[in-house]
Amino acid sequence: MQQQDSTRRQFLGLAGGAAVLAAVPIVTTRPAEATPAELASAIRNVTGGAAVKAGKVKLDVPPLVENGNTVPLMVSVNHPMAPEDHVRSIHIFNEKNPQPNIGNFYLGPHSGRAQVSTRIRLADSQKIVAIARLSDGSFWSTSVEVVVTLAACTDEVI
Amino acid sequence: MASALINVPAKAKRGDIIEIKTLMSHIMETGYRHTAAGEVVPRDIITSFTCRFNGSEIFRADLFPAIAANPFITFFTTATESGKFEFEWIGDQGFSETASASITVE
Repeated sequence: MQQQDSTRRQFLGLAGGAAVLAAVPIVTTRPAEATPAELASAIRNVTGGAAVKAGKVKLDVPPLVENGNTVPLMVSVNHPMAPEDHVRSIHIFNEKNPQPNIGNFYLGPHSGRAQVSTRIRLADSQKIVAIARLSDGSFWSTSVEVVVTLAACTDEVI
Repeated sequence: MASALINVPAKAKRGDIIEIKTLMSHIMETGYRHTAAGEVVPRDIITSFTCRFNGSEIFRADLFPAIAANPFITFFTTATESGKFEFEWIGDQGFSETASASITVE
């Protein structure tokens, strides 16, 4: 009885170890979705580690999306567009697509209004983040949660 | 092949803020899909969009696979003088398309 218990324990221990070993390469070789860490590092690439304040930016995305292949998105920044003080760029990120970036948009004082619309893909229900960079070097952001019913076909076989 | 749709008002008053809408037909293949045989379908996207007015850049965008097929982008600009908008899309596999539109500013 004692003998049986220990072999069972050994077996489970070995099997658990093997499972861990097998799991590690799967995690590292599969870029199926961007992680929150990748999102944070993509944001750091834009801000250079500067503080990002909440506010000014408005992200307009339907909260419930039926088809993730084409999702209308509008981002606007409530800030004047004067030559000495304007919005220089708007950056949009996601949390769970294979890549954290969605798009970067570069504006200037001649833009008149800091507002950009496009259509995006969403692979899963997730958070979308928009960050605006002003001419004085400050960063402002907002984020929205979107629920996606039919995901964009990132893994689909064609 | 590739074709662009541009919507720019034909006329505007000086100082008006006008909206410009653009659409370029393109598959925007993400590079994350694969065939039944397991081969990855190579990425084929538009990576850059630029709008110039009378030669100077007024708007630019970096695009990623998360932009939907047939990229649709709208933005604003201030009408200062009559002239020509030039649009340029550049992408993978040598993709390069241009379009233009004129505006009369009174």
